[in-house]
Amino acid sequence: MADSALPTAPVPQLTPSVRDRSGVRRRLRYYGEKLGGSLISLFAVILTSFFLFRVIPGDPVRTMTHGRPVSIEQQEQLRRDFGLDKSLAEQFWSYLTGALRLDFGESFQFNRPVTDLISDRIWPTVLLVGTSVVISAALGLWLGVRGAWNHGSLSDRVNTGVALTLWSVPSFWLGLILIVIFASGLGWFPTSGMESTGVEGWERIPDVAHHMVLPLATLVAVVYAQYLMIMRSSLLDEMGSDYIVTARAKGLRDIVVRRRHAVPNALLPTVTLIFVNLGFVVFGAVLVETIFSWPGLGQLFYSGLSVPDLPLVQGLFILFSAAVILMNLVADLLYPVLDPRVRP
Amino acid sequence: MALLEVEDLTVTYRTAGGDVPAVRGVSFALEASQKLGLAGESGCGKSTMALALLRLLPGTARFTGEIRFNGEDILTMPWGRLRAVRWAGASIVFQGAMHSLNAVQRIGAQIAEPIRLHSKATDAEVRRKTGELLEQVGLPARRADAYPHELSGGQRQRVMIAMALACDPQLIVADEPTTALDVMIQAQILTLIESLVAEQGISLLMISHDLSVLADTCDRLAVMYAGRIVEEGPAAAVFGAARHPYGEALAAAFPRIGDPASRRRPQGLAGDPPDPADLPSGCAFHPRCAVRLEHCDAVDPSLWPAGAGERRGARVRVLPDEGLSLVAKESA
Repeated sequence: MADSALPTAPVPQLTPSVRDRSGVRRRLRYYGEKLGGSLISLFAVILTSFFLFRVIPGDPVRTMTHGRPVSIEQQEQLRRDFGLDKSLAEQFWSYLTGALRLDFGESFQFNRPVTDLISDRIWPTVLLVGTSVVISAALGLWLGVRGAWNHGSLSDRVNTGVALTLWSVPSFWLGLILIVIFASGLGWFPTSGMESTGVEGWERIPDVAHHMVLPLATLVAVVYAQYLMIMRSSLLDEMGSDYIVTARAKGLRDIVVRRRHAVPNALLPTVTLIFVNLGFVVFGAVLVETIFSWPGLGQLFYSGLSVPDLPLVQGLFILFSAAVILMNLVADLLYPVLDPRVRP
Repeated sequence: MALLEVEDLTVTYRTAGGDVPAVRGVSFALEASQKLGLAGESGCGKSTMALALLRLLPGTARFTGEIRFNGEDILTMPWGRLRAVRWAGASIVFQGAMHSLNAVQRIGAQIAEPIRLHSKATDAEVRRKTGELLEQVGLPARRADAYPHELSGGQRQRVMIAMALACDPQLIVADEPTTALDVMIQAQILTLIESLVAEQGISLLMISHDLSVLADTCDRLAVMYAGRIVEEGPAAAVFGAARHPYGEALAAAFPRIGDPASRRRPQGLAGDPPDPADLPSGCAFHPRCAVRLEHCDAVDPSLWPAGAGERRGARVRVLPDEGLSLVAKESA
């Protein structure tokens, strides 16, 4: 339409006010849709979580009293205390009203409110898995950029090969191997836990860091290949693009072409991946936390599952799902900031 | 000394399937303020030519020959000097401005980028110059804040032109500047390019498959076939009375204004352009040639003087007195 004007005449446009008002409305609707979608998913998770864990075989009361002299009456008493004697509909209703108030009930095995347990255990997990996401994303993206820019070179082939091999290794196996070599073998690192006893004040920081090395290395090793592969293939795509030739024709140095033109475009697909992985931060390390006895949510979830400690696993499941939904929402809201083409 | 002199340029792509010669010994010269059109079918090597002029070819390309820009050989100059010549000496308007602009940068920033790179202008000067350039190509200066996807195809091509003018180059290479546009907008963009290069005394090398577009815009025309120039001369002469049968076929493919007969019968050329990896023997055009002679699959003709205005043509020609003569001996 605009080109129907003469070559040198200014191109006519909509008046700014008209455009702005409809733009604001469109943007509000976009954010509203994303937010509404997230809330619906969250509600679906709350519903599923109740039924999901009731499908797991096992009787919590019998597991917890296993090996102890407990009479039938005492077992019945426990069942009443846990509310397991009520009908499924009644249990569901009290669960649902509780969940909406962020009250997930009392853990069967720890005799403490689930919310208290979670708030105790959440920070070790965020520290460990959050650090691992940051490190593996930085490492993977950096190697991916280098690999794509010199694709086919020896270093590219070696890096990609190593990353893919590590990616296919199970995390619990790698964790155990690292413990065998560096903890029990060489004695460089502690075998388990997050802190040594009797360490106080600022001393705790190097102590926790020392404990964190092996679980962190395990988590980074099995994950960074994802970032590498996505960044590498996405940058390879961008490198063949016409605008890269334009940028080179302008006389820019190769490194500037890469930094200013190729990488920002290639980063777009990786943003989603980073945020989805951040969503798994609170959950992602069940196996690694269990192997290294890291006092986090993953380990808590593991101990809850083996009973099954219904209030605990329900609460954790909702938390894990909420984190994923939240991070997806953040990615959805952030993407338009990075890519003008999808701006509402 | 001409502004741009290309001498015996060859470009060969190394591929897994063997070497593919894309440009096979091209020579031409472009004087300052002159407009040269380079015509040919897709695959004839004309876009490779455009990229070779600023040494932008991928690493798989091997080249020989010389490309002298102001007397300096582009193909052998050091990287630092080459980067200084890029855009400040010669800039390129690429085909399909859709993908030639960075989708996530504002167009103002993209126009300003070479200015900042090649001059020491302050931010205020760069902003003013960017606005001026946009207005020169018929876009309001405030569109500098727009992203490429917010513009129409024609507007994006205008942005490319503004960008090409940013560093006041001596030469603009326009590689299929109007290919992706509809006819009305094609005409506008061509008029715009023509008036801007004329105003500022910039030389223009315009590359297109559309001979009629080139004949309208350019002073001289060169026709490429299978990596070679097969004909070169003043635009009107080449378009009106081609010396090479391929040039004739190209010209006949377009209806001529004022010639009703040609409008009713635009003529195509049978057959496909040859595969550069597997060229025919002798004259590369002979399998499609309407006036083929028996020697044509054995003799590879080169350019020879073919008339007034430094015309050159490459074909096996029949001279009235001597019968058939092999042109290779008389190449210009």
